[in-house]
Amino acid sequence: MEVETVQVTVNGAATELADGATVADLVAARSGGHDRVAVALNGDVVPRGSWPRTPLSPGDALEVLAPTAGG
Amino acid sequence: MTTQDLAPALAREEAADPFVIAGETFTSRLLLGTGGVPSLETLEAAVRASGSQLVTVALRRVEASSSASMLAVLDRCGVRLLPNTAGCRTAREAVLTARLAREAFGTDWVKLEVIGDERTLLPDAVELLDAAEQLVADGATVLAYTTDDPVLGRRLADVGCAAVMPLGSPIGSGLGIRNPHNIALLREAVDVPVVLDAGIGTASDAALAMELGCDAVLLASAVTRARDPERMALAMRQAVEGGRQALLAGRIPRRWHAEASTSSEGLPEL
Repeated sequence: MEVETVQVTVNGAATELADGATVADLVAARSGGHDRVAVALNGDVVPRGSWPRTPLSPGDALEVLAPTAGG
Repeated sequence: MTTQDLAPALAREEAADPFVIAGETFTSRLLLGTGGVPSLETLEAAVRASGSQLVTVALRRVEASSSASMLAVLDRCGVRLLPNTAGCRTAREAVLTARLAREAFGTDWVKLEVIGDERTLLPDAVELLDAAEQLVADGATVLAYTTDDPVLGRRLADVGCAAVMPLGSPIGSGLGIRNPHNIALLREAVDVPVVLDAGIGTASDAALAMELGCDAVLLASAVTRARDPERMALAMRQAVEGGRQALLAGRIPRRWHAEASTSSEGLPEL
């Protein structure tokens, strides 16, 4: 059986995720060892507490951000 | 004298003269930016030598972010993190970035930076004031990076910014304080802390900022891109403290001609 997927954009790149994937799934896959991560979905902040219950829809644009050095 | 030898004496001096931003007390009047730091070892040495208690960090796409160990280093140094909105060009971007930073770092504090020009990285006054107003309404503690315009500084304080942070000269330029008079006027114009932010090149620039009445100095490149960042961090700490003490001590007036320090009374006729 073919697995259904959703097409989204993550940090500017087209990305295919399993159907039903949530923001929490995406962060788990992309956080690169960071625990201080923030996510924007279509231009709005997704609070950490909402990650597990925020499913991704086709065409969603996400930014997954982490700390870096800066002035 | 090494950094470690000097630290206790400097810390005692600083502790006698704390300052407050938004109800939080700091004894160090030197805020350090982490941008441009060549290695984590250098970062740790510079942060410790600076004595800084408030250190700026940024948010970027996770692929381009620093390794998670950068925050481990800063946590180990016991500093408070101040996220910035570096790279934002509109109020909308800056407000969203500040909200994302609140999520990532768990702090309401933000160094608000809205840039209006690529070449000079000068702040966009209109977008900055708009963003400041929105973020204050949001409950954020806003430390606003701004130009050296005393009127804009007053407007930022009026909308509720917790600190006003005028530039001495463009970010990373090392040109020092191009308009000391404006910095002094801005200091007079607002009741909130004034932090000289951007343009510091060397220790004398930091001392001048404090002599002009600034409550603190924020710098990054001057330390992180110095040949010896740890030594420069110590130099900045000493300069900030020296400038502060000079302000409190009260400098002599400038005179056009000489004023003899040795009395002419009893001068022999030879």
